[in-house]
Amino acid sequence: MSIGESSTPLGKVRGLGSAREGGVHWLTERVTSIALLLLGTWFIASLLLLPGLDPHTLAEWLSAPSGAIPMALLIIVGFKHALDGMKVFIDDYVHEPGSNFVINTLLLFLAIAGAAIALYALATLAFGGAS
Amino acid sequence: MATRPRPLSPHLTIWRWGPHMVVSILHRATGVALSIAGLAILAWWLMALAQGQEAYATFSKVAHSPIGLIVLIGLTWSFFQHLLSGIRHLVMDSGAAFELGVNKSFAILTIVGSILLTVLLWAWLMGVRP
Repeated sequence: MSIGESSTPLGKVRGLGSAREGGVHWLTERVTSIALLLLGTWFIASLLLLPGLDPHTLAEWLSAPSGAIPMALLIIVGFKHALDGMKVFIDDYVHEPGSNFVINTLLLFLAIAGAAIALYALATLAFGGAS
Repeated sequence: MATRPRPLSPHLTIWRWGPHMVVSILHRATGVALSIAGLAILAWWLMALAQGQEAYATFSKVAHSPIGLIVLIGLTWSFFQHLLSGIRHLVMDSGAAFELGVNKSFAILTIVGSILLTVLLWAWLMGVRP
């Protein structure tokens, strides 16, 4: 019996050895979570400390560098962390390789599209497209 | 010899429920809620702001409706629950807080903390000042 071919699940796992990947994914999830601890706190604190939550005040806040730059980081890191987390969720419950690939690819596209939409909106505010 | 199914690791149904188990499940559930609903609303909110008065009025109207408020309060709680149990996970990743008592108290604290922070935040947003 060659390596990777075995009659029992345990034997299969032993034959395959370690996946030799996943460490970066695991660590990235932790690092982005620490960043989101800071960015999330900034976001909540900003909403609480703004003089009002009317669209004019909000647009002014996000068009200044002090609001736009952390918000850009929150969008990028937030979508990355969500994507990494959702991958764990999908991998835990969708075992069939074909469906797993399809769903994970859809998730990747959704995350990138979502981040692009949010960043486009933020750029419009920051660079003065809207009144 | 007849083959019988190999034993698998025990699943949800076999464990006695405890705070650590609730918090673990909540961490995953709130993470999925924030990833899907949370980020979708964030993107919509920014887009509405960028598109001006009319678009923002639509967003604001939905956000202030009963269902909108329930979703927003739910997401606020999800955010704090995920944040606090995320801190708990980071501590546990370092190898600490695995003692039964400490682990249990820490798990309960994340739930108490997330509810408290949600109440405080929404009280503030609704104009309550100390």
